[in-house]
Amino acid sequence: MSHTGTTVVIGTSVAGVRTAQALRTEGYDGRVVLVGAEHEPPYDKPPLSKQFLAGTWEGSRLTLLAPAEAADSGIELRLGAAARRLDPAGHRVHLADGSELAYDTCVIATGAAARPSPWPAESGVHVLRSLADGAALRADLVRGGPVVVVGGGFVGAEVAATARALGCEVTVVDPLPVPMGRLLGPEVGAHFADLHRRHGVASRFGSGVEGVTGRSGRLRVTLTDGTVLPAATVVVGIGAVPNDRWLAGSGLLVDDGVVCDAYCRAVDAPDVYAAGDVARWYHPGRGTHLRVEHWTNAAEQAARVAHNIAHPDDPRPYAPVPYVWSDQYDWKIQIAGTPVGATRHTVIGGLAGATARGGALYTDDTGRLRAAVTVNWPRAQAVCRRLLTTHTPFATAVDQVKALASRGAAGP
Amino acid sequence: MPVLKADFGACQGYANCVAGAPDAYDIDDDGVVVLLKEQVPEGDLPRLREAARSCPVSALTIEDA
Repeated sequence: MSHTGTTVVIGTSVAGVRTAQALRTEGYDGRVVLVGAEHEPPYDKPPLSKQFLAGTWEGSRLTLLAPAEAADSGIELRLGAAARRLDPAGHRVHLADGSELAYDTCVIATGAAARPSPWPAESGVHVLRSLADGAALRADLVRGGPVVVVGGGFVGAEVAATARALGCEVTVVDPLPVPMGRLLGPEVGAHFADLHRRHGVASRFGSGVEGVTGRSGRLRVTLTDGTVLPAATVVVGIGAVPNDRWLAGSGLLVDDGVVCDAYCRAVDAPDVYAAGDVARWYHPGRGTHLRVEHWTNAAEQAARVAHNIAHPDDPRPYAPVPYVWSDQYDWKIQIAGTPVGATRHTVIGGLAGATARGGALYTDDTGRLRAAVTVNWPRAQAVCRRLLTTHTPFATAVDQVKALASRGAAGP
Repeated sequence: MPVLKADFGACQGYANCVAGAPDAYDIDDDGVVVLLKEQVPEGDLPRLREAARSCPVSALTIEDA
């Protein structure tokens, strides 16, 4: 197929990079321009809380698309040029450096930003989303002193694990009674509380933060129960917000993300697509609009958007099974599907202690497998992802994973 | 014909490849990728390239034989 015209992809995180690359894989031979706000070559974010923060990987190892590789693929990189305004009627993107880009098709992949700390302190309070954030946090962590991590979700737990490995004294604070309890339920979440404890990280679950005062090296974190925790460094991991404010005035429907149809096209501009953390698209299998902030969704959605641009005669709806992983201490945690909203679950294998290897399978009123959370058991996770794709009855899924457990226990 | 390759030491068992191309990739009991085929017919190349690229730790490549 021959394509004329220009596709402008806005945003250089994994969704933007993968869209540009997948356009070429799909045989798109029009012009591809990839626009990013940051000056660094596009980089990957998952290692920011792990290998990069620990100092075992240099920043260069996070590169997703080196300039030479972009050139080889016929991808024009425009770095250090944040998009300021989108003009869908005029088919133009206005950039912060005053220039503008004309497009035939535009892909919005501007991602999400860390929710800023609501507690102003002079210095020493960090969020973690960008390479610069990671470098700044690492500099403070290696200086030593106690660390308070606010938020017991994925980012908070990974930072706590890394800070502990660096020798810091760490306390995790979260208003939920157990970490990730809203996602996993209290019983499974309790194992994650134990994970912190087992690695010598203190926790204050069930406590909110009232305020943070002071400066780097001499901070005071006041909790809602009146406790004051001294800290050299504070890390705030309380979620993310989509980078969609620059679209105000574009005429696009924006509602906690760019609202898209099942093909990931903006509902009011069919030549504008969105992918990754900034996209709120209609999931045909769920019958509702979703916005997902995970790496795998960004990569999969990018591939689907690229397909739909390259093959307008064969558009495909996007109906993924959500999937996320998290590496915390000695645990590899993998979650497929949506545990939130489940009515019951079954635990197979073990979720306790250093030798944990097991999973929790969740179901709901449909009687089908709804979600699977596994610990140190990638094979079971891979099986569950497949079973979720095929809408397998819960009892069948439980039997299959139990069979896998007994096989694993039998040894090689 | 292009050939599937894997860096078995780098693999973390994230299994995105299995979700993308279950005919080409699997995960074993130790959580490491298994290549189910060696050679890739040209027609399968775009799909398998995407599956290989879906690896979060870049453990998978497709090389020209």
